[in-house]
Amino acid sequence: MLDPYKVREDFPILKRKINGYPLIYFDNAATSQKPKQVIEAVEDYYENHNANVHRAIHTLSQEASQLYEDAHAEVAKFINAKSVEETVFLRGTTEAINLVAYSLGCHTLKKDDEVIVTLMEHHSNIIPWEILSKAKGFKLRYADINPDGTLDYEALEKTITNKTKVVCFSHVSNVIGVVNDVKRIARVAHEHDALALVDGAQSVPHMPVDVRDLDVDFFAFSGHKMLAPTGIGVLYGKRSVLERMEPFQGGGEMIKDVSFDLKSRRCFISWNDLPWKFEAGTPNISGGIGLLEAVRYLKKIGMENVKAHEFMLTEYVMKRLQECEKITIYGPKDPSSKSGIIPFGVEGLSSHDVALFLDNYGIMVRSGFHCAQPLHKTMKLQSSARASFYVYNTREEIDRFVEVLKEASQF
Amino acid sequence: MSVVDDYVARIEGTCGEEKDVIVIFKYDTKEKAVKKILEKAKLRKSIANMIFELTFKNVSFRVYTSGKAIFRGLKSKDELRDLLSELLQ
Repeated sequence: MLDPYKVREDFPILKRKINGYPLIYFDNAATSQKPKQVIEAVEDYYENHNANVHRAIHTLSQEASQLYEDAHAEVAKFINAKSVEETVFLRGTTEAINLVAYSLGCHTLKKDDEVIVTLMEHHSNIIPWEILSKAKGFKLRYADINPDGTLDYEALEKTITNKTKVVCFSHVSNVIGVVNDVKRIARVAHEHDALALVDGAQSVPHMPVDVRDLDVDFFAFSGHKMLAPTGIGVLYGKRSVLERMEPFQGGGEMIKDVSFDLKSRRCFISWNDLPWKFEAGTPNISGGIGLLEAVRYLKKIGMENVKAHEFMLTEYVMKRLQECEKITIYGPKDPSSKSGIIPFGVEGLSSHDVALFLDNYGIMVRSGFHCAQPLHKTMKLQSSARASFYVYNTREEIDRFVEVLKEASQF
Repeated sequence: MSVVDDYVARIEGTCGEEKDVIVIFKYDTKEKAVKKILEKAKLRKSIANMIFELTFKNVSFRVYTSGKAIFRGLKSKDELRDLLSELLQ
């Protein structure tokens, strides 16, 4: 069992007061707070081990390289990747998806090839494909969703044909919190020899994820949503797939050999081994070390416990919000189909009104489109307010949240 | 420097079809800013003397004692700055 009160002791920021009220942080789908273990690991790196990685034989560089490689290994184990070669460290989910889109879009996809994206996606899983599709000429097709924002599996499966080369979808919606059947979609993609790319930004922090069991080709996620610093994220890719791909960016670190041919006056380049082939330039070393500590922290709690705790909070908040006639929960109403993300509206108030009202009482929620404008359009929503939970949130915080919302609904 | 710059730290456009605009007042002068606005605008409703629903020149907006305000239905940021100039004068 997860004890959120014990967990909260590790998060210095949760002692803060906002406008004289204790901070209630319900914007975890945007970014999580950081435990002191992560903050101290980053501090320790800069105070004691700071050097560039893989570049020098001196002691500090060896220590930094070891820590950075340990981070890759720990993340690989965390998601049950086959090997460390399958975990590429990048800035976050957005850069991870861009890597796949640019590498495949520039070097692999042909004019008649199709890439499928669902209308549920965060803009980070839409815009890179739009850019590349326009630049390179391959077709981008959108899979429809149901009016409640959930995936229309049959529509999606009908969209997948032998022309499909990549199917892109999220594991958990960043707006409605629904958990998608990744295995089902990946299976259909593979039946058509297409690759399955999953945006796992909202799943890896909140539930056990086994990429081999899911049988996906790519799985992208961000460190900052799972207790690690901002600016570090991961692209899992099947080794056989990553080996066939061309690099996304060029520079130091990602090359093994650059030989200048005097006759042709060109460089002949061989790429570095995985995962470094996709990590051009000096990486975010401190971010990687912060991610290492965040993963250790989550493993200590246990991801099944994280999932159970968030389910308890989700079930509770959905029940409590039903007490209020003027409050509408958007999306599916069954808590068992969801992660801890609750989009909602208050009659007569815009989502920004709601967020400012809550902020006045020290409660942080998100408002707007949450970078998922097509989803809002399909659901006929002008915008939405969103509460999202994590390991340090409590039922008492939800009680306070509901009381303040009731007050807002009277306004 | 205009009177708006004296009191306003940031003006944030929001995403969403509503196109609400959020004004964040400077921490050190937020109480004075809220007081000035309350003196000039017409009060329609308030909650616990913390949140005020107001109108000024046919524009409805809400001010929070935390030092924030939300404006609705404005055509441009210039219109907002003109309005704020008058309210904070």
